[in-house]
This record gives sequence, C-alpha cells and structure tokens, in this order.
Amino acid sequence: MNDMTLMDRKVTTGTVKISAREVQVFYGDTHAIKDVDVDIEDNTVTAFIGPSGCGKSTFLRCLNRMNDTIDVCRVKGSIKLDGQDIYDSKVDPVQLRARVGMVFQKPNPFPKSIFDNVAYGPKIHGLARNKTELAEIVEKSLRRAALWEEVKDRLSAPGTGLSGGQQQRLCIARAVATEPEVLLMDEPCSALDPIATAQVEELIDELRQNFSVVIVTHSMQQAARVSQKTAFFHLGHLVEYGETGQIFTNPVDPRTESYITGRIG
Amino acid sequence: MSATWLFAVILVLAVAGFFIGRARAMHDADGDIRKLHSLPIYYGLNVAMAAAVPALVVLLVWQLAQPLVIESMVSKQVPDSVVEKVGALNLVMSDVHRIAEGLDRAVSQGAMTSEFADTIRTEETDIRARLAEVGVPLAADVDPAVLDAAQSFRGIAATGRMLMSVVVLGLAIGGFGVAYWLTGRDFRARKYVEGGLKILLIMAAGIAILTTVGIVLSLVFESRSFFSQYPWYKFFFGTTWSPNFRGDSDLGILPLLWGTAYVSLIALVVAVPVGLFAAIYLSEYAGPRVRAVAKPLIEILAGIPTIVYGLFALTTVGPLLRDYFAQPMGLGNSANSVATAGLVMGIMLIPFVSSLSDDIINAVPQSLRDGSLGLGATSSETIRQVVIPAALPGIIGAILLAASRAIGETMIVVLGAGAAARMDMNPFEAMTTVTVKIVSQLTGDTDFSSPETLVAFALGLTLFVVTLGLNVLALIIVRKYREQYE
Amino acid sequence: MSDSTLGLPPGSGVPPTSKPVRPSLIEPDPKIRRRHAKERRFRTFGMIAVGIGVLALVVLVGSVLKQGLPAFSQTFIDVPVYLDPAKLDPDGNRDPEEMKKVLTFGYSPLIAAGLQADLVKRGLDKEGVTAKEVAALVSKGAAAQLRDYVLAHPKKLGETIEFRFLANGRVDGYLKGRVTMESAALDSNISPQQLQLVDKLRAAGLVQKKFNWRFITGPDASDNRPEAAGMGVAIIGSLYMMMVVLVLALPIGVAASIYLEEFAKQNRWTDLIEVNISNLAAVPSIVFGILGLAIFINWAGLPQSAPLVGGLVLTLMTLPTIIISTRAALKAVPPSLRDAALGLGASKTQAVFHHVLPLAMPGILTGTIIGLAQALGETAPLMLIGMVAFVRDFPEAPPAGLLDPASALPVQVYNWTQRSDPAFVERASGAIIVLLVFLVLMNTLAIILRRRFERRW
Repeated sequence: MNDMTLMDRKVTTGTVKISAREVQVFYGDTHAIKDVDVDIEDNTVTAFIGPSGCGKSTFLRCLNRMNDTIDVCRVKGSIKLDGQDIYDSKVDPVQLRARVGMVFQKPNPFPKSIFDNVAYGPKIHGLARNKTELAEIVEKSLRRAALWEEVKDRLSAPGTGLSGGQQQRLCIARAVATEPEVLLMDEPCSALDPIATAQVEELIDELRQNFSVVIVTHSMQQAARVSQKTAFFHLGHLVEYGETGQIFTNPVDPRTESYITGRIG
Repeated sequence: MSATWLFAVILVLAVAGFFIGRARAMHDADGDIRKLHSLPIYYGLNVAMAAAVPALVVLLVWQLAQPLVIESMVSKQVPDSVVEKVGALNLVMSDVHRIAEGLDRAVSQGAMTSEFADTIRTEETDIRARLAEVGVPLAADVDPAVLDAAQSFRGIAATGRMLMSVVVLGLAIGGFGVAYWLTGRDFRARKYVEGGLKILLIMAAGIAILTTVGIVLSLVFESRSFFSQYPWYKFFFGTTWSPNFRGDSDLGILPLLWGTAYVSLIALVVAVPVGLFAAIYLSEYAGPRVRAVAKPLIEILAGIPTIVYGLFALTTVGPLLRDYFAQPMGLGNSANSVATAGLVMGIMLIPFVSSLSDDIINAVPQSLRDGSLGLGATSSETIRQVVIPAALPGIIGAILLAASRAIGETMIVVLGAGAAARMDMNPFEAMTTVTVKIVSQLTGDTDFSSPETLVAFALGLTLFVVTLGLNVLALIIVRKYREQYE
Repeated sequence: MSDSTLGLPPGSGVPPTSKPVRPSLIEPDPKIRRRHAKERRFRTFGMIAVGIGVLALVVLVGSVLKQGLPAFSQTFIDVPVYLDPAKLDPDGNRDPEEMKKVLTFGYSPLIAAGLQADLVKRGLDKEGVTAKEVAALVSKGAAAQLRDYVLAHPKKLGETIEFRFLANGRVDGYLKGRVTMESAALDSNISPQQLQLVDKLRAAGLVQKKFNWRFITGPDASDNRPEAAGMGVAIIGSLYMMMVVLVLALPIGVAASIYLEEFAKQNRWTDLIEVNISNLAAVPSIVFGILGLAIFINWAGLPQSAPLVGGLVLTLMTLPTIIISTRAALKAVPPSLRDAALGLGASKTQAVFHHVLPLAMPGILTGTIIGLAQALGETAPLMLIGMVAFVRDFPEAPPAGLLDPASALPVQVYNWTQRSDPAFVERASGAIIVLLVFLVLMNTLAIILRRRFERRW
C-alpha cells in the first residue's frame, strides 16, 4: 500500500477531464445538490467524502447520467466531459456511459459466467471483431482488475459464486473492459471485509495510470489512502475541494475540520 | 328432532350459557372482577363454547356420515336377484331412496298414517300410485324386496336421527354442566377459551385439506367405477370419442387432449408475448402517468368473468375469424373453432401473464439494471441480456401457471371451441376439449351408472392431475427463483 | 456559494489535449444508430403489447355494451281490450276461483279482437295482413298478463281497458334493427307486411320502446318468448349464493389465516396446509363443480339447482383467495404492535384479536370482496350442480329458499346463449351488463375500503 505521508504525496496537475459548473439536483421537491462547481482531473483519484445524505453519491451519479433512470430526478447546471456538455439534449447517455463507467456500492455481477460478465460491455459496444479479440479483452480486463490469476481456470463458472471481494473486482473488470475514460466508484468497498478492501484500494491506485477515477467513500481513511484530490460535501453543498493532503491536514472551512475531526458526521 | 331444530337448541343453550357462566363467575367473586382469574367474559365464553362446540361438531359429522353408514347397511340387504334384474346396485338404491322419501313425505302431508306407511305391502297397495299422489314418481312398480329395503332404510334413518338427537343434546347439556360446575373465581377460564379457540382455528385451516381430500376421493371413486365398466387402455389410448346411449360408446381421451392442447397452445402464443412485453413496457419504460392508466385497465381484463369472454368468442370473435380468415382462405366455415377459443383465451390470460411477469421482473434487483446501464447498455439490451435471463425461471413458472389456467378453462371453450371431438391441424376447425366434455356429460339427464356419465369423472381426474402437476412444478420453480434474490 | 469554488486550479475548463479525443458524444456512429433502432423497436413492441391489452378490453366491453344495451328497452303495444263477461266469466258470479277455469286460450281472442278493432277505429289499413298475423304482433305472454289482471280485478269485467302488452320478439327486433324487411321475408315467424303495419302503428304512437324493468326483475321465459325473458330469478339465486359464501367463507377464511399466520408452528403439517391452499387456488373451477356434484348432491343428498349447494361449492373455491389475501393483510401489521401488546401482559390470542385483527380488517374485507366478485362470475361449477335447469319460479325467502331451485346470473347468460332465437343473444349480453355492473360496484367498494383505511407503517 501507499506508505507515503499525506504531505509527501505527489500532486498530479493533469488535465481537467470533467468540469461541473453550478450543478443543482432535485429529487421531486427536495433540493439535493446545491450549486456545485468542481473540476475532475485526468489520471487522478478524486475522493468525494461527507456524512451520509450529503449528496456525494447523487453527484457522482450525475457524472454519467445514471440519475436519468430515476423518474423524479432533475439536474440543472452544466457538466462537461472534455468540454462537451453531457446534459445537452442531443447527448446520448448510452455513449456517455461507455466513456464514463461505473462501479457500484454492492457487488452486482450478472447471473452469468465470469467470462460473460466481463465480455458484456465489449459485446454490446461491439469492441471486439472476433472471439479471440474478445477473449483478449476479457483477459486484459481481468488482469487489470487483479483477478485473472484467481479465476483463469474457471471463467465459465457463475460470477455470483465468487467471494465478495472477488465479485467487486469482477465488477471493476467489467467496467474497465469497455475502455472508459472515467471510472466512477460509489462506495466500492462498503460491502467488503478489510482484506478485500485492501485489495480493491490497491487496484484503484493502479487504475489511475489509465483512467480518471472518482470514488465516493464515507471512510476518511480510505479517501486519505487512495486519493490525490478530495471534495467534501455537506448538506448538498460542496464545502471544500483540494489536494487530499491539504484537506486532511489543513482544511480551510470549519465544517471540513469538524468532519475530519469527527465532530459532525 | 331435525338438524335445524337441534342447531337452534344448541345455539340457545350457548347464548344462555354465556350469560349464566359470566353471572356465576361474578357472583363467586362477589361482583369484584379483580378477584377473578380471568375477565368475566371468558367465563361466559367458556360455558358457551363447552355447550356448543362439541355438540355442533358431532352434529355435522353425524349428518355427513349417517347416509354413508345407512347406505352400506341397507345395500347389504338387497338380494342379488333384484340387483341383476334392475341392472346395477346404485339403481336399486336410488329406488330405495325414492320410496323411503315418498313414504316419509306421504306421512308428513297426511296422505298416510305413519302406521300405515310402516306396514304397507306391495300386495295390498299400489305404492307407485300412492306415491305419485304426493309427488314422488317411480319408474316401475315396486318390488317387495326393494320395499323391504326402503322400510329398513326408514327404520335405520329414524333410529339414527333419534340417536343423533340424544347424543348431540347430551353433549350440549353435558358440556354446559361441566363448564358451569368448573366456573369459579380461581378457574383459569381464559386458558380454556383460548385453547378451544385455537382448536377452532385449526379446524378452519383443516378445511383446505378436507377440500383436497374431497376432490381426490370423489374423482378417484367415480373414476374407479368408470374403469370397472370401460377398459382404461381404451380410454387413455383411444382416438375416437363418440358416446351414445346404445352402450357401445367409444370414449377415447386423445381427441379431447389434442383439442385442449391446441387451444391452450394458441392461447399461450397470444398471451405470453403480449403479456410479457406489456409487463416489460409498464415496468421498465412507461412513465408514471401511462402506468397509472394502462396497468389497471389491463388488470380489469383479469376480473372479467369467463362467461363474458365466452360470449365474446361466440358472438364477436368467432364470426369475425370465420368471415375474414377461415372462409377467404378456404379453411372451413365454422364460427366455433380452436382459433376462436384460443385467441379469446389468450386475451383472458394477458393480465395473468403480465401481472405475474411484472412481479418477477420487479424482483430482479435494481443493482443489476444499474450495473448494465452503467456500462453503457441501452434499456433493451439491459432487459434482454440481464433482466430476462435473471428472471427466466420465474417467467417459466408464470407460463406454466398460465398453461394450467388454459387447460382448466371451461366457459370460453364451451362457447367458442365447439363440441366435435376431432384431431385436426386446421385451427379454424371446431374441436373440443376435456372441460367441454365434462360439462356435456354431466349436465342434462344423467344416469350415474353408465360409463357415458362416469367418464366425466375420469376426465376430471386427468384434468386435475395435469393441472396439479403444472402448478406444483411452477410453484417449485417460482419459489426457488424468489429464494435466489432474497 | 462562495465555498463551492474553492480549490479550483486557475484556468480550468479549457479542453485538455493530452489524450486522443474520443468521438463526440453528440454525433452517433452507425453502430450506435443500429443499437438505438433496436431499442426503439423493442420499445414499440412493448407499446403495441400494452395497446393490444387495452384494445382487447375496449373491444370486449364495447361489443357487450353494443349487443346488450338494447335489452334494457323493450317494444310495447297499446291495445284497448274489451273484457267480455260472456267469455271470461260464463257463470256470471264474478268469483275469481271459478273464473280460473278460463285458461289463457280464452283470453287471446279478446286481445286479437281489441287490436283489430283499434286498427279499424284509427283507420289504419292492414294491407293483406291476416287477422292471425295481426294478433301475432303481440307477445304470446300477453294473454297471461291479461288473465292475471282480470283475476285480480274481477269487477272490471265488461269494461274496455287500455293495456300495454309486450310486442312479439321479432317486432322488438325490428325496432332495434335486428330484424329487417329482408330477413323478415325469409322468416316464417314474421312477414314484411306485418312490419309495415308495425311502422303504421308506430307512427300512430301505439307501438313504442320503453325501459324494461321486467328484464331485470322478471323470471325467465320459454324458448319462443324471448321478449318476456328476465333475469330476476338468476339475480336472486346469485344473491343467495353470495350470502352463503359470505357467511361461510369469511369466518372460515379469517380463522384459517389467523391460525396459519399467527399460531401455527413451522412444521410439516403447516407446510402441507400452505402448499394445499396455494394449489387449491389454481385448481380449475370445473373440478370444484365435480366435487359439489359428487359430495353435496350424490352423497349428502342435497337438491340440485339449490343456491345452498352453489354457495357451498363457491365457498370452497373462494376460500383460498380469501385466505391468501387475509394472510397478506395480517402480515402487513408490524410485529412491533404484537410485541407491544404481549409486553403489556396480553395473551397471544388477545394480542391478535384486540390489535392485529382490527388493523388488518380493511385488507381482509378487500380480499373478501374480491373473492366474492370472483365467485359471482363463476359459471362452470354451477352448471354441474344443476343450475342450468330452466327455473321460472322465484325461490322463497331464506333459509328455506336456499334449497329451492334457482338460477345464477352467469349460468343464465350461458342458458340464453344456447337458445336458437337471436333475441336471446341480446338478452345474454344485457345480463352480462348487469353482472359487470355488480362487479364494478364490488370492486369500487374494495378500492374505497383500501384507500380509506390504507395505513402506511
């Protein structure tokens, strides 16, 4: 794992991948996200932290328009992926989600074989020209998710038969297989035991080489361990956003400090 | 004393027992309910229950069992010679019943004195004429042996009724007395009342079992008597169905099974895709407003009685299919057809399939949908490649249940499919089903000793076994499926 | 919000160039287009399926209404009849008992003569219609109606009284468009000339359509008098059966559910009952008819066509429905309530009867009403226990009436569909409308109950 102290950590000053401006989200009459501005950088792990119900997951789901599946949810403001407004009426959410993948809180492998789980994305997007290519993509994705060695002998076994940590890594492999640019992770370790969590966290750090990773977590330790940038949400507001080291050691906003020190949450 | 009177007496005893028991408990506690073990109402209920419940149970059982007992006692008396002459024992017994009933009625109407009725002789009186006067027609003159049987039938029945009155009243009064005697301030009335109540509840739950037992017994017994008159292999493997009353009927079930299967198949071909797609659209695509309107509208179809569908088939769909499909294509000119019945039955099954599928599709966790959508799959890709495969066992279970419904459906096929037993591929031809033949063999003038009537029970047994098999299979599949996601 | 822009690096929002830019989100490539076309097709299939379902309902209800609504109006003919004392009371002492000797045959000529005379008086030309054919315009049941009136009012003999008689079924059909001049030419029961006469009578206001209460309240009529057939006996029969079902199925069903949901331990016996109930719910209804025939009629010796037997059969059929919905209602009451009652020292029975049952009651009643509605529309089992028989007499009041022969609404519908005169199809559809009205009322009641007492825990 990462043994560097927080202050020593290298701060990536990569390019901006996603930029959100004045984002408002409403659930029916509830104003869930209020006026959030944030820039998410490429090849960086960005952590969203905050007490439960603060809107961090909601905001995450805005980034690949997963909120579209909820009838009462409305989003205002602009969110741009590489400069293109993803909420433009002409934008196809299907294309968007192929570029902005997502991993969910609870491992949700499809009731199919391990191979079919990983091959699902490439198949629907037509990324492979033949079976060999598909098999290569599956292997590459499983390797990237650090699962290959464990499952290479039983690729036709059902994905639901794996252990919790393996299932979550399978879901990550599944998301990686479609070659997204951004990977959204909604509390990916909350349903896992500590050992599985450690494995997934290690994986996240490696994924940074190729993707921009956004992770929602309610564990501050986890945010500190895996992320370079941290955004603190509270009651639908983005309270503070900055280098992880700075947020955890020298927060600007008193609310952030209270949260970090455990007084609210 | 008749059962109605006994019932009334028991009720009166119970009501009286309630008040007397409560009063006695209160009296014993000097009017202070704090000294009682239970609330006063329980003492009253205890006496009422003790008086009524055992007596009523015995009354009911006795009423049901007495005919059976008498029947077997009297039928032993009937000489074989008479049975041979009339043809079958149950025909003799139905004569015995009628004569006994006629004599009783004559006495109650005052047309005979009870002594005269008891000593009546075939040699001296024209019993047939006398009974016809009181409205009991007999098919032939009365055989002395049959009259003897009828007299002993009356005798046993009278004794039975008297014994029943004595036993039942004894139980009621005894129960009343014991409970009254037990009543006192320290008597734990509530425990007894609750115990009794629980027994009543168990009995109510047992009625479900009794119903099944009743169904199985009645089907099995009558089928047995059918198979004693008609060889089973001809029934199960016969390819012609032509009952007639000369006694050389062909009663092969195969043409009926063919018709049943054909109609059900068409019904499923209509109902499964429509129902499934409707469920998918309503649960995955439709906005709340469309759902709020369309869903109840489709469910109304499920609440419409099958006779309405039958009439719809008869007056609307049948002529329509005949005029626009069958006749132009030269496939026949019958309004009654497999296609008519199948199509209408399919419509009837749409809400059944769609609401079952709806439940099943909704049981697929949202996280699977999210997982697929999050990978950039379209809704239809998600449904076809993730939701449906995940829900497949449940959907198969639903289809089996729908098939069982289709096989057992009666009114639509009676009015829509026709009555001609035939094994044909042409869907515009009239064919018939097992249920239609059950109805036609058991309505109208039926003679419960001929194979032409009894065959209905064998048909019913077949129907019961097939549908039960499908239901059990479906229930097992659905249950397994639900466990998977719980 | 001032704090929300914190930490933004300067100059953000400029499109990055470090990675190869992916295809635009807006411009779809052919592959995506194909996928979206597929999506639209799939969605359209779904819409078509819903459309088929709704359309089926509309066509079904529409065809029933179109065929059945005319049944509620009926054609009547006004005829002044001279009540000839010489014919109706030959003895001349106005004693109804003696007048009963004159059968309906004695009354028919009076009606024919009355109509004939009226035509002449009004100067309407019969144009080749024979006297017999004129008389045939009036229903064959008219003589009985006249006779009943005379026997009830013997004093009126000798007077000329204006009667409103049912018109013959074909005349009624002509006014409703079922019988046309063309079809009449081929019909042995009516001729085009007769219909022309009907047109004249109609112009004179003697023939008219009126709302027909007798269709709802009257008894059935024989094959050749469709105009007089009513469903009164069937409605009473259905009502009696529903009473039996309610009285038996509700307490038994509730008791069984309480036992299974609240008291039964999880063991084989309970499992058996549960599997049994879910299977009984799916047993074809006709099998229950066989059960009723074998047990209640052949074995227990109860009479055929009796509402009691029908009610018993329907009770057994309805029980699983009621038990399943009652158990759901009991299950919906949160366990915390039971715990609260038990915690205060109430016995299990008290907890159930004082707290759980009252809260579950709306759900139980809703389930019961839905079960009753199901039973009301059930036909097949009733046919097997003799309810198809032609019943003209109203059953007595319960309890004795429960053993009198009666019909049931859906069986009456079936009965009418089996008759040759097409006028009965109209009546069958009309009876279905009444049946559907009852069902709508019952379901509305169920919905109101559910809305009114629905609780969110």
